[in-house]
Amino acid sequence: MLSTYQYSSYEYVRPPEQSGAEKKRYPVVIVGAGPVGLAAAIELAQSGVPVVVLDDDNTVSVGSRGVCYAKRTLEVLDRLGVGDPCVDKGVSWNVGRTFFREQEVYNFNLRPQDDHKRPGMINLQQYYLEEYEITRAKELPNLDLRFKNKVVSVSPDGNGATLQVETPDGIYSLETDWLIVADGARSGIRRMMNLEIDGKIFMDRFLIADVVMKADFPTERWFWFDPPFHPGQSVLLHRQADNVFRIDFQLGWQADPEEEKKPENVIPRIKAMLGDDREFELEWVSVYTFQCRRMNNFTHGHVLFVGDAAHQVSPFGARGANSGIQDTDNLCWKLKLVIEGKAPSSLLDTYSEERVFAADENLLNSTRSTDFITPKSKMSLTIRNAALTLARDHAFARALVNSGRLSVPAVLTESRLNTPDTSEFAGDMVPGAAMDDAPMQEDGENFWLLERVGNQFMALVRVNDPSQVDAATARVYKSLVDAAIPIEVVLVSPQAGSAPEGLRVFVDEKHRFTERFDAQAGTTYLIRPDQHVAARWRAFDATAVKAALARATSNTL
Amino acid sequence: MPLTLTPNLSEPGKRYFQAYTPGDDFYEALIETHRDLTDEQSSLVNAKLVLLLSNHIGDLSVLREAMNIARQSV
Repeated sequence: MLSTYQYSSYEYVRPPEQSGAEKKRYPVVIVGAGPVGLAAAIELAQSGVPVVVLDDDNTVSVGSRGVCYAKRTLEVLDRLGVGDPCVDKGVSWNVGRTFFREQEVYNFNLRPQDDHKRPGMINLQQYYLEEYEITRAKELPNLDLRFKNKVVSVSPDGNGATLQVETPDGIYSLETDWLIVADGARSGIRRMMNLEIDGKIFMDRFLIADVVMKADFPTERWFWFDPPFHPGQSVLLHRQADNVFRIDFQLGWQADPEEEKKPENVIPRIKAMLGDDREFELEWVSVYTFQCRRMNNFTHGHVLFVGDAAHQVSPFGARGANSGIQDTDNLCWKLKLVIEGKAPSSLLDTYSEERVFAADENLLNSTRSTDFITPKSKMSLTIRNAALTLARDHAFARALVNSGRLSVPAVLTESRLNTPDTSEFAGDMVPGAAMDDAPMQEDGENFWLLERVGNQFMALVRVNDPSQVDAATARVYKSLVDAAIPIEVVLVSPQAGSAPEGLRVFVDEKHRFTERFDAQAGTTYLIRPDQHVAARWRAFDATAVKAALARATSNTL
Repeated sequence: MPLTLTPNLSEPGKRYFQAYTPGDDFYEALIETHRDLTDEQSSLVNAKLVLLLSNHIGDLSVLREAMNIARQSV
């Protein structure tokens, strides 16, 4: 088969434990150097927490696998320093089209409004994301990435865990205060710890083909129900980087995966779809089934589960890798505060609570999509086809067509870290929501809001004119930086102007912040390091801000 | 009032962050209503649903319009 991608193998380096170095205990060890484990490693290392990453392999993922990376994930990747290479290489898209038999019945736009830095989605083969993350990881001096280091046993104790790790040089022992488990759907650590993961297997099989061809298909997601070229089943088409197209064919449970993977069986399916004339080459083929399940709890003492190790969803909706990267974004700032002794370890319970909530939303949406795409009974199929038939002419039925509800960040409305509103606000920026982006200016320079918010607690205070802020008020704002957990206060103003005491000013010239956050003069948002809203008020009150910070970090005042 | 053909589903007191959620909530409930039934039982359930909902709507002109659309291209 053709290859548009050169798989590099990363060098194995004998670990210090096997080179005579003195044995030491590490603050954080991460198992698994996939997209999620690497995201956790980069975020922690960047924030000053040294990490060791263990991976049993020495290359990136084979085949395209996780293809769609959502806007929110790109915003997280931006803070990790890998957003740009992903977006530059990937194919950006916002529009999805759904066909029933020969006709388009429904389309959606993931980003109906302008003025966001990132598109609704990019398509990018997983190996590129991993490659960019590894490149970034290698730039960080406190990130120790160890290939060909396979964990063969784990012994958790109350304060950490001891691992036995196998390398080409034999087995060594490694102790850590915290263990982050990112070793994927078939998590070896989860198995070694005898932890359950419950859910259901879907009785269906899908063929994935990565096809290289020159085609002028628009960069959109195309989904077919019961198309003439693959009757009775569904087909999904995505354009990826390097003119690689990803095609998913639903096969049904009876299909023989080994037979279906053979090029002589795959090629006719693709020819039926593309027509006989188009030239293409097969790059990678796989047959998959899937499960929808999650662990009851993502934290077990000092062992913290992230990504597919903790939860798995059907692929319809791109909620796998996207939710895994959002797990790490939720976890890392909390873990850092706990390691530094600035928050109690109960803060990590809220990692599990918040990401279980998100996982349940992902499971619900991906299960609903699966039930629509692969109806389980004759009546389900009849109702599904009735909705698709009506969808051609009627908007109400288009709203029922479900070919995948694509990954959006969970709004963590139930989190105990949120401070409930005491005033009325319009819009969706409720406590628990991931912030919307907005175009901004600072010192005459254009930037995107999400580029300069996050990684620490921040309070955004909306003012009409920064030069009218009096010095005493400005000193109160500045004093919040001096606490054990600092809060940087930044003014957001529709007009430029210099504020006293060197306060930063974000200029909301296009009024998108004002619109999206329903902001008026005085409106104050307390933002978590992961860019989720912790609290908001109609007027700044230092006491209320401090109380909300304590709440958002599981501290008591 | 003519037959409503734009999305119209919602649950009182529920806050939606995604436009598709109320429709998906309804669809799941509908499929769940048919779970583990034979085809014949399912047809009966659907017929009962039509009668119940028709009575709730009440306006015969609206019902005739819906019946018309439902029969098209079958």
